[in-house]
Amino acid sequence: MPTAQHVQEMIETGLENSRAIVHDMTGTGDHFEATVISSAFEGKSLVAQHQLVYGALGPAMGGPIHALALKTMTPAQWAATNGHSQRPG
Amino acid sequence: MSRNVREEIETIIKSNKIVVFMKGTPQFPQCGFSATVVDILDDCGATYKGVNVLADFEVREGIKQYTSWPTIPQIFINGEFIGGCDVARELYASGELQAKLNAAVGES
Repeated sequence: MPTAQHVQEMIETGLENSRAIVHDMTGTGDHFEATVISSAFEGKSLVAQHQLVYGALGPAMGGPIHALALKTMTPAQWAATNGHSQRPG
Repeated sequence: MSRNVREEIETIIKSNKIVVFMKGTPQFPQCGFSATVVDILDDCGATYKGVNVLADFEVREGIKQYTSWPTIPQIFINGEFIGGCDVARELYASGELQAKLNAAVGES
């Protein structure tokens, strides 16, 4: 069963220039919540951004990962909402 | 005669302005994410077709391949794949979903 750490690593490995903040919503290793920040989202529709994350997760998504509540942001959107520098984390 | 599930899916999408492939029915959603989408569409006053993927395993898997989107629910407006629950929530919050729904039924 994947942990939040596994899911984070899968996303950050599979999606260029990305940073993922992942939480296990139920503690059961199959319902996760993730905020993903990546420059790869720039200029893409919301559904295309989510498809990039699902692509990074591959067969794990819809398999061991039953549900993933997903929030996607560009570095600029992250900076605007978090008042940090453009580089998250 | 073996089924052509992809063609069946395309026919459903093309012959209905608003379609939700979901778990359960609009009257009785059987998953939290599907229920959220039903609530959002109802709140927008949309008339839509619900397709219960729990009643048809081939459609349940076929739709995921059709959109290369691994989860259910999945929403289509005017034949365009809009996304799942998260995307619907964000578009609803921004008002973009209501605009897409209105455009689909020709209301401004």
